Amino acid sequence: MHAHNPYLPELATVKEVIQETHNIRTLRIVLDDEEKMRRFVFRPGQVGQLSVFGVGESTFVINSPPSCKEYLQFSVMRAGEVTQRIHQLSAGDPIGVRAPLGNGFCFEELKGKDILFVGGGIGMAPLRTLLLHMIDHRADYGDIMIIYGARSPQDLCYRYEFDKWREGKVDLVLTVDSEFPGWKGRVGFVPTVLTEEAPSPHNRVAIVCGPPIMIKFVLFNLKELGFQSDQILTTLEKRMKCGIGICGRCNIGTNYVCVDGPVFSVAQLQGMVPEL
Amino acid sequence: MSRAIFIPRDGLHPVLDRLSAEMDVWVPVASGPQKCGGEFVRYVPGTVPVLERQSTTPPKRILLPQVESLLSYAYVKDPEDASRVKINLQAEIAAKPTVVFGARPCDVRGFLLFDRVFTGGPFQDEYYRKRRENTFFATLVCRQWDAACFCSSVGSGPADMEGSDLRLTPLEDGFLVEAINRRAHPILKLMGGEQPTKTQLEAAENLQKETTEEQVGTGDLTHSGDDFRGRFEDLEYWRSMVSQCISCGVCTFVCPTCYCFSITDEMQGLEGERLRSWDSCMFYQYTLEASGHNPRPSKFERYRNRIGHKFSFIPAKYAGMIGCCGCGRCIRSCPVSIDIRKVVENLKENACACS
Ligand SMILES: Cc1cc2nc3c(=O)[nH]c(=O)nc-3n(C[C@H](O)[C@H](O)[C@H](O)COP(=O)(O)OP(=O)(O)OC[C@H]3O[C@@H](n4cnc5c(N)ncnc54)[C@H](O)[C@@H]3O)c2cc1C
Ligand code: SF4
Ligand code: SF4
Ligand code: FES
Repeated sequence: MHAHNPYLPELATVKEVIQETHNIRTLRIVLDDEEKMRRFVFRPGQVGQLSVFGVGESTFVINSPPSCKEYLQFSVMRAGEVTQRIHQLSAGDPIGVRAPLGNGFCFEELKGKDILFVGGGIGMAPLRTLLLHMIDHRADYGDIMIIYGARSPQDLCYRYEFDKWREGKVDLVLTVDSEFPGWKGRVGFVPTVLTEEAPSPHNRVAIVCGPPIMIKFVLFNLKELGFQSDQILTTLEKRMKCGIGICGRCNIGTNYVCVDGPVFSVAQLQGMVPEL
Repeated sequence: MSRAIFIPRDGLHPVLDRLSAEMDVWVPVASGPQKCGGEFVRYVPGTVPVLERQSTTPPKRILLPQVESLLSYAYVKDPEDASRVKINLQAEIAAKPTVVFGARPCDVRGFLLFDRVFTGGPFQDEYYRKRRENTFFATLVCRQWDAACFCSSVGSGPADMEGSDLRLTPLEDGFLVEAINRRAHPILKLMGGEQPTKTQLEAAENLQKETTEEQVGTGDLTHSGDDFRGRFEDLEYWRSMVSQCISCGVCTFVCPTCYCFSITDEMQGLEGERLRSWDSCMFYQYTLEASGHNPRPSKFERYRNRIGHKFSFIPAKYAGMIGCCGCGRCIRSCPVSIDIRKVVENLKENACACS
């Protein structure tokens, strides 16, 4: 971020592009200013506004872990104009970035706890940064379980690093919506698999990210399992413009998702006006 | 040095000519086909200010232009590697000393909210801050309220000088102009004008006193936050209040406290600009997400947010500050005559939602 002008993006260069699924691409970008790249710090869960100059800006979670100093990683699902153009970028192309923005996860408060990640589709992106941070500091956390689902095996992001996650002593449960030839994981929707796995809510925090409909049923099932509202964290998506709490676009009542979020506990959401 | 000057009615032009030779001066003038509207324009010698009635649109665009360039960019060949493209990025933040001559207390009050939003953190909007620091308000003691005005109901009043630098008191034969803070002294000096007589000073003081005691608008709308929360899910209420709304956005356009903006890119060839332009929360597209989901799909949710923002969210966020200055412009300009006062008054439990 430029200290004197928060609207001014840092110039950066795409270093690598990974095709995750048919509509999700991961970009690894490096700030052109080497000193700024070296000094770049952020919290897991914070976001960046990526700029394609001439097209516009859009918000994405920085999904590399804070320990990674070589690049910043973003996974982008094709949705509209800006994301379409981001998908056309390749290594060497220029891009703009305003980051870090938003609150990020309160990982300090999660120390000593058991963790449950529940992700669907592109929703694995914000979970990835926190997961890798926890694996970096594995002794600080208890049991870690991940339930991650997508429509089909080809719709799962980060397939190439699942083995590495498992080496970090996490219990990775993968599920797809229906049977596919060669698929050895679970079959069924994420909320159902959650109920079948039935992780204990005792001393555990659940972090949920995915499409709104998945979140809705996952929250319901978590309650059934005995999770309290303050034991569940989620990230909100709202249409954004400035990303710095000024333009007024992203409000839910008094809360601005761009500065007060995107991470909220379900207890916080219950205190907000019902307008999601 | 004198803290007050007198400008005779026929002496306004020389004063504004002198001022405008040194800085930008904005004045309200008649506008529209029948010249019955009003807007603020940059003064040039010959401009005829209209100080006898409130302008249709507020002076908001002086500090928040309807469209402004935040930055410009150009795609250029990398001098070190001709196969690669680089971006040249430029942001220019500049502001000229500016006087807004003939604003009203409600107009200036809008900027008190802007100050909080744009410069109160966590991030600073330098484009706004630079302009604000360079802008001086010469504000009228207002004697021209009409049936739509209600500044006293929102914690202000027709003689409220908060946020202003100079006070203009209209007298029979001219204006008494007083500096109300130190930064205004050089402006007063530039204006020239005459030494006020004792009678003029007394007449001005009397009018100021009288005006301060006026109650413009009935009732008190400053504590409506809880009532709003209570009504939030009462969709019947919102339907009954705003069923005629056609989502035209005029209410936000003319409002001195509405500042929501959009940011878009424009490109011509290999060069372009990132523009900031006014937007309106009354539009469907405002909150529409790429997935097709819209948290405010109908005009009821959108109008509810407008009321909530002004009377509940802003007060909760900014220590009781009300996000409405009671200027009445939205009431006068709404094509279907929606009256924001009624909508807020009726939030109270047991208030009749059908009046
Ligand atoms: C906090 C946060 C984190 C996000 N993280 C990711 C991520 O890691 N990966 C990912 O693929 N997507 C993420 N999104 C969603 C992503 O920002 C939108 O899909 C994207 O902005 C769509 O832009 P577009 O120009 O392609 O779509 P269009 O429909 O053409 O949108 C036009 C403009 O609307 C705005 N907009 C539209 N939908 C959204 C939306 N859902 N959220 C915010 N702004 C929107 C943008 O300003 C965009 O420039 C996140 C959104 C938020 C708010
Ligand atoms: S809401 Fe209406 S009355 Fe209040 S400041 Fe805006 S235009 Fe004026
Ligand atoms: S001016 Fe009236 S009709 Fe137009 S959006 Fe505002 S309330 Fe609705
Ligand atoms: S995106 Fe502008 S206030 Fe949140």
